[in-house]
Amino acid sequence: MRELLYRHALREALDEELARDENVVIMGEEVAQYNGAYKVTEGLWEKWGDRRVVDTPISEAGFIGMGVGASLLGLRPVMELMFWSFHSVAFDQLVNNAGCVRYMSGGLINVPIVVRGPANGGTNVGATHSHCPEGLFAAFPGLKVCAPATPADAKGLMKAAIRDNDPVFFMENTKLYGTKGAVPDPGEGDHLVPLGSAEVKRTGNDISLIAHGRSVLHALEAAETLATDHNISAEVVDLRSIRPLDQDTIVNSVIKTSRAVLVDESKPFNGVSSQVATLIQEHAFDHLDAPVKRVCTVDAPAIYSPHIEGEQLPNPRRVVEQVLTIV
Amino acid sequence: MHDPTDPPFAIIDFSGSAINRELNSEDKVGFYRKMVEIRRFEQACLKYYNKDRMGGFLHLYIGQESVAVAVASLMGEHDHIITAYRDHGHALAVGMSMNECMAELFGKATGCSKGKGGSMHFFAPDKNYWGGHGIVAGQTPLGLGLGYGLKYRGLDGCALCFLGDGAINQGAFHEALNLAALFEIPVVFIIENNGYSMGTSQKRSSAFRDCLAQRAEAYDMAWDLVNGEDLYEVRAKTHIAMERARREQRPTLLEIQTYRYYGHSVADANAKKYRSPEEIERYKTYHDPIRLWKRRLLAEKVLREEEAAEIDTECKQMAEASAEFAEQSPAPTAKEILEDVYWEVDQDTEAGNTGRHFFND
Repeated sequence: MRELLYRHALREALDEELARDENVVIMGEEVAQYNGAYKVTEGLWEKWGDRRVVDTPISEAGFIGMGVGASLLGLRPVMELMFWSFHSVAFDQLVNNAGCVRYMSGGLINVPIVVRGPANGGTNVGATHSHCPEGLFAAFPGLKVCAPATPADAKGLMKAAIRDNDPVFFMENTKLYGTKGAVPDPGEGDHLVPLGSAEVKRTGNDISLIAHGRSVLHALEAAETLATDHNISAEVVDLRSIRPLDQDTIVNSVIKTSRAVLVDESKPFNGVSSQVATLIQEHAFDHLDAPVKRVCTVDAPAIYSPHIEGEQLPNPRRVVEQVLTIV
Repeated sequence: MHDPTDPPFAIIDFSGSAINRELNSEDKVGFYRKMVEIRRFEQACLKYYNKDRMGGFLHLYIGQESVAVAVASLMGEHDHIITAYRDHGHALAVGMSMNECMAELFGKATGCSKGKGGSMHFFAPDKNYWGGHGIVAGQTPLGLGLGYGLKYRGLDGCALCFLGDGAINQGAFHEALNLAALFEIPVVFIIENNGYSMGTSQKRSSAFRDCLAQRAEAYDMAWDLVNGEDLYEVRAKTHIAMERARREQRPTLLEIQTYRYYGHSVADANAKKYRSPEEIERYKTYHDPIRLWKRRLLAEKVLREEEAAEIDTECKQMAEASAEFAEQSPAPTAKEILEDVYWEVDQDTEAGNTGRHFFND
């Protein structure tokens, strides 16, 4: 199969959906003429023009709200936050408007928007630019959240998100944009990954490593080390979608392995892994041979120092160490 | 809209304004030295950033030095300053040392924020410098709040709140302007207009076709447009605004026209695409604030060429020495990640020891 960079897989998804549906409009800061701060939208303005790919001023509350409003009339805006960290500027629009308007209207209306951008630490940009809000937004019923780890999932989930009739908050990762992976050829048909569907990225019998986003790569690397150095067979479950969440795949994996370490770049308090841990104890309690453990980002605002930011975040060494405490 | 490389309007000589007549030659040479310090520091930053000694973003202040130096030179005991993420120039201008700033950029424990804040998040409350804020326009309501605090406490001072031209389209900024006028807050909002909000020109981001500061009229607020390349003019006009704040408790919106030589950040891949190399060269040749100030001081005979060269050499050496200091300094330890989160915990108080504060294993 051909290989694509994560950013190019996303661009291909956006390009295909722009072609498929005239209601798809891309908007955000520097997405058009500048080609995107992280080059995800590179070439799309040149190809699709001002009507479909729109540069906005630095006005997150304004343009996110504009997208929500436009979606009420059937547009499908795909809005880029240059960083998901800038969500705080548009919080009212993201939560009260996008997240609640369907419910408050008694189901009369829906909000088919996608808000996308990178949400990660690890690039030494300090506390204001390193937030991982996937758990935060998944806590609001009405919102959907996904966080793909691979180029194929990035493409498939993006296409599914754009077609979804509810608001989908799509969390990418600047550390993944340059990673490469196999992506099905468009000639083989639409590549869609449904929201709410996890994937076992590596099978194993002794422990389940459950992760999303870049943490999946850490879990896979840790699984390799565990197999080679410790003779431990780890299964890696990639959540892909945070809400809806694929409870069956999580629970079935833990029933098989009887142990779980959750790898999560969120902070521990109410991170995504908090919810996963609850599901495991509710639905696989009798199968557990050890407490569920977690590897999260160390519980402080993001530190800048390049010398230790890597230690604040989940990394393969921390995953291996945590696994060894319960196997 | 002005071409940012053209002088915004006819040059008036502001050297005779009262606030500038007070200056002695030592003051004037001091401003020259401070501007050169900033430029040499930023050039050293660029060098070591490119050598991977720093992480994250680096937003350079080169080309804008006269603004921070002129404004900081007006600050009294109760005047406070806050800015956005292009914050190194203001930091040095208020007297932060090159060592603590460079060490911060190197991510070292000896940095002004112990390596925790990085380039965009410098702070020095002891110098009335309240950051260093990463989110566009996020500092503008805080600047308003500094003014509120001064007024509430009855202190004879004002808040100086810097922002870039890209910040003027954020809602928080407009809310802050309205509150400032409504509550009669002693604050001076200072737009450093370098012509581009990242890669977007003003023409493509602002519906208002006249100068940005004129938006103040919507809030019944005084405003002025300032030629940032002339240190005398920046001082003269900012002084008027500061006096209005301190004496009349009325806010002002200033727009200081300036220019940045480098990209939005060093990572700005398109820095030479959205504007022409000729535009940058023209500014460097005709509008460089350091070059102009030097010419002025030479004409006034308060500075000699040799002295200027000495200052330049000294500042270059200081910048190199700060990099050496940063290089030799220890990195923070992993344990320190969990320090400085809560005051009560750090001070080991009863409140800090009641209930669980952190949720690692």
